[in-house]
Amino acid sequence: MPSMTMIEAIRDAHAVAMEADDRVVVFGQDVGYFGGVFRCTQGLQERFGVGRCFDTPISESGIIGAAIGMAAYGLRPCVEIQFADYVYPGYDQIVSEAARIRHRSAGDYTLPMVVRMPTGGGIFGGQTHSQSPEALFTHVAGLTTVVVSNPYDAKGLLLAAIEDQDPVIFLEPKRVYNGPFDGHHDRPIVPWSKHPLGEVPEGYYTVPLGVARVHRPGDELTVLTYGTLVHVAEAAANETGIDAEIIDLRTLVPLDVDTIIESVRKTGRCIVLHEATLTSGFGAELSATVQERAFHHLEAPIRRVCGWDTPYPHAHEWDYFPGPERVGRAMREVMAG
Amino acid sequence: MAKPDLDEKVERIALMRKQLVRVLDTDGNAVGPWAPALSVEDRVRGLADMMLVRSFDARMLRAHRQGKTSFFMQSLGEEAIACAQQRVLQPGDMNFPTYRQPGLLIAAGYPIVTMMHQVLSNELDPLKGRQLPIMYSSKEYGFFSVSGNLATQYPQAVGWAMASALRGDTKIAAAWIGEGATAEADFHAALLFASTYQAPVILNIVNNQWAISTPEDFARGASATFADRGFGYSIPALRVDGNDYLAVYSASAWAAERARSNLGPTLIEWVTLRVGAHSTSDDPSVYRPDNEAADFPLGDPINRLRQHLVTIGEWDDERQKTLQDQCDQRIADDFATADAHGSVKSGHTADPRTMFDDVYAELPRHLREQRDEAVN
Repeated sequence: MPSMTMIEAIRDAHAVAMEADDRVVVFGQDVGYFGGVFRCTQGLQERFGVGRCFDTPISESGIIGAAIGMAAYGLRPCVEIQFADYVYPGYDQIVSEAARIRHRSAGDYTLPMVVRMPTGGGIFGGQTHSQSPEALFTHVAGLTTVVVSNPYDAKGLLLAAIEDQDPVIFLEPKRVYNGPFDGHHDRPIVPWSKHPLGEVPEGYYTVPLGVARVHRPGDELTVLTYGTLVHVAEAAANETGIDAEIIDLRTLVPLDVDTIIESVRKTGRCIVLHEATLTSGFGAELSATVQERAFHHLEAPIRRVCGWDTPYPHAHEWDYFPGPERVGRAMREVMAG
Repeated sequence: MAKPDLDEKVERIALMRKQLVRVLDTDGNAVGPWAPALSVEDRVRGLADMMLVRSFDARMLRAHRQGKTSFFMQSLGEEAIACAQQRVLQPGDMNFPTYRQPGLLIAAGYPIVTMMHQVLSNELDPLKGRQLPIMYSSKEYGFFSVSGNLATQYPQAVGWAMASALRGDTKIAAAWIGEGATAEADFHAALLFASTYQAPVILNIVNNQWAISTPEDFARGASATFADRGFGYSIPALRVDGNDYLAVYSASAWAAERARSNLGPTLIEWVTLRVGAHSTSDDPSVYRPDNEAADFPLGDPINRLRQHLVTIGEWDDERQKTLQDQCDQRIADDFATADAHGSVKSGHTADPRTMFDDVYAELPRHLREQRDEAVN
């Protein structure tokens, strides 16, 4: 089985989808001739032509608005927003339009479309290249929101998202594009070629939307997380020696409640991790879900470890990022509680 | 004013954005190069379509006063634009309308009683009570789901047209926006995409002079016209008398033919007047001058087409009265049918459980649980 980076896996998913279905079109800023600033669409224009993969002006509302029209026509657009931080001019098109058109037309119009965007920090991107806005999408009825953490899932989830009958927001933490970054920014980068989840099957396969993955089984503590923090949690578990069960949620909405609750009932302890800012973050939803459905199994209060409620800083990136030390500290506290 | 060839260079027709395409003169004669070759039957059909829209609007406003609907918006004075443009579109083409183009549905022969079911939000409302009364949707009739968020549908129309072109199709899209909403960024994104990809789309701007309470110049800025907006994007732009049914038909046909011949987008500013209030929630008496409609230089679209038919010897008072009676009777009959199915005010709506349907193709767990909670 070939080893791929997450970039290569996403690129391959596009190619496989475009090969399988000529209604799939791919576009965005720098996506066509150049192949995307992160190279996720490299080679697609050359292989499938400018009618299938093309560049757009710098206009997120134009990109997403046009994708809605194309999906309504019957195509399956998969568009890239260059950084999640840039999606806001197109946010109205996502929230007020894409998310609601099936409902408001009573199923007359449907929008099979994917909006991909790189998220998260750790690349010295400052406040305009580091945000994790997943909660701005999970709060919207009608959207499916996916956050990927590894190449295998990225390919399978992207193919599932393109197959889906409704709009899917597909978030790609850019810090794990090239390897399973565990938050130890001062250590050498581990490439995906040295990780089992970097093994990506050729051809078509899907990873189902709405199904979480137990990343690391354990008995003492449940960690609910997604994206980069999956790998941070693994490092923290190894470094603290706590037998944590790490659940990679993969899809935030619809949420795989069964996997979460089954784990918490087993461990009796839970922490919630994400890189996005704490207040009103998706961790609040996770915490409430566990409290509502497994309160009597909890032996300690749920803890959240998240980005601070500040804009994402440039020079102080690693003071902001919820790395393995902070996560490990929270794990110990919850174990002691 | 000259009528250019379909493929005339945009620079050579650039001044049309400052002028006004008209066909009907003050005596009701159809004059000039834009006079369309339209049969008498089609002219009478146009008159009937507009009168039907006006009669529908009047009855629905009465229903609102009777407390049978929560909200209504009429298109009084603007009927010619939607009614005439619909007649140049073909099955499979797609409109991306605003809430002030019910004429697109009525001129396409959509069942008016179904519109009434939605206005009443009753048990037969095709959108199951999810939308405001006037935000219709019909794929079959080429009428995209109306948003209510202004300008959002402009780039969608361009995207739909791009898709048609990508697939080698000859279907075209018609984008609709009011002059006030051209202030939104989405409008400019749509023009840029239409220009860059030469999308087969008609970009309609209905300039009815008012954006709720603000006159059109707030959105226009220091430009002379809204058609000026096309110039910077090298999109051929016309400014047309929107109360002249024949001019609307002719300009729409020109733009549609350009799009269908793969000659790219056309922008058209329709000059008209919102004669009525913005909506049933609006009170224009506090911000509008008296006698504005009577003083409006472009007159009334129905009166002008009727006068034209009289002038060419095809119409008289008796036929006018007969047609008016037919329109009113049809609306009355349809309303009696719709009214028999109740309204949002009488509690005869779709089953509330249906609000959980169509959020996604399949009902996810959290919505299933919420639906169970809602009905227990």
